[in-house]
Amino acid sequence: MNTQNIKTIFSKELKSYFNSPIAYIVMIVFMAISGFLFSMSFFQINIASMREFFGSFFIQLVLFVVFIPAITMRTFSEEKKQGTLELLLTKPVTDIELILGKYLSALTLIVITLSPTVLYFIIIKMIGPIAFWPFVTSLVGYILMSAFFIGIGIFVSSLTENQIIAFIISVLISLFFFLLGKLLIVFPVSVVSIFEYITTDYHLSNISRGVIDTRVLIYYFSMIFFTLFLTKVSLESRKW
Amino acid sequence: MSIKVTNLTKYYGNYLAVDDISFEAKKGEILGFLGPNGAGKSTTMKIITTYLPPTSGSVEVDGFDVEDKSLEVRKKLGYLPELNPLYYDMIVTDYLEFIAKLDGVPRGEIKKRRDDMIRVCGLESVKHKDIGTLSKGFKQRVGLAQAMINNPDVLILDEPTSGLDPNQIIEIRNLIKKLGKEKTVILSTHILSEVTATCNRVIIINKGKIVADGTPQELQSKSKGQSIVTLEVKNNCDKNALLGSLKEIRSVNKVDFVKDTGDSFIFNIYGNHGIDLREVISGKVMLNKAIVLSMQAKQSSLEDIFRELTK
Repeated sequence: MNTQNIKTIFSKELKSYFNSPIAYIVMIVFMAISGFLFSMSFFQINIASMREFFGSFFIQLVLFVVFIPAITMRTFSEEKKQGTLELLLTKPVTDIELILGKYLSALTLIVITLSPTVLYFIIIKMIGPIAFWPFVTSLVGYILMSAFFIGIGIFVSSLTENQIIAFIISVLISLFFFLLGKLLIVFPVSVVSIFEYITTDYHLSNISRGVIDTRVLIYYFSMIFFTLFLTKVSLESRKW
Repeated sequence: MSIKVTNLTKYYGNYLAVDDISFEAKKGEILGFLGPNGAGKSTTMKIITTYLPPTSGSVEVDGFDVEDKSLEVRKKLGYLPELNPLYYDMIVTDYLEFIAKLDGVPRGEIKKRRDDMIRVCGLESVKHKDIGTLSKGFKQRVGLAQAMINNPDVLILDEPTSGLDPNQIIEIRNLIKKLGKEKTVILSTHILSEVTATCNRVIIINKGKIVADGTPQELQSKSKGQSIVTLEVKNNCDKNALLGSLKEIRSVNKVDFVKDTGDSFIFNIYGNHGIDLREVISGKVMLNKAIVLSMQAKQSSLEDIFRELTK
């Protein structure tokens, strides 16, 4: 694997996010929603904690189920539609390098989007006592969640030439993984533990308690690996 | 040997796109791919450029197999795909730098190669513009600059002059001719005059098969076509008598009376290929005491050969 190629793809993709309105819309809207939720919990409940903030159903839904599909929808579909995929895949670049470059640039955009939460933490820290580790692990949990949903979005985008279809399908798949955790109470106890493991929500709530155990990491990394692997298979399907 | 295609066959599902073709192309050759739409030109190019694998047969570029040594092949290649895909949201200089990096142009040479290509392809006036805002001709030149930026040994150009105006077409053809001296160039086209103007070898493909391979001159001489003489005589003669005596000429296959313009008669006289009928015809005309107004001989052109082979 040639890291130089990954870097070339990565910086081109990141630049093109910031050349289009999508990056700014996502960042500004996220900042507005998170700022609102942060100040609500901060002033109304009067506790120096970010638990309400990170645990917010609304903010998770918007970020993982709407924003990430919006960012990833054009990743490969636009390349297919414009024919530039043929251009890229006849350059001395492997499929994996191409996928990783694109994947890492989307992940970087999300990390940038999440970065204002550090500011919220500093503000609370100045006023009252707040635990450091739960904040860090919650942030890590958010990034891992994003990494998984970005993988889904990129894979779906590689399936179609139409970015709107890519958006809708990744919203549906993301919603499935996301809501499954919230709906666990309706399942019989015997199957809950199986479903629990495949839902993202269960792992996220574990993480936000301040503990990152290896089972959680294995879950996320294997899911990410799986989505990237599917993307590679999908790109190779032109050869079938 | 730069490109070696051996028994190449490609199926899309059940559809046979390329049917057992073999050819070779050497350095210094500009090879024109000619054929009707759907003949398999683009498919062959996609296989040579490693985008699609062959169903059977093999393709080697500079001795590297397109399937086993795909990355090596891609390093040697410059490719302008059909319809010239570009990133419309990038400016020309950024785009060319991006492509140069992907092509593995050494870091220190990227800027130099970029500026060379801008100069060679005449992009100086638009180099800071978004590609999406450029005219079709300029986009085509950006596509060519992209294909040549790594100074490849082998250039594969899928319809390089489509969308250009006549002046640009001549510029691009001259550029391709110049490059062709030290590289191997394969270009596909619908435009027959392009082949005669640019290529030193032609391969005509029809329904996935090679139906002709040779220099434009060789193809013309091999053709089963015929020579045609258009004769115009003043109308003060006996039309039927002249028609009759023209038909008597041994190597004439057919004589058509085309029209009576009011003061002249026009005939088309068809003879065997490669025979100049004008001398005998003028003799016959004199015997009939007619007055020749004009006489033109035509050999069958590449157009005729193309039509004959791809019917």
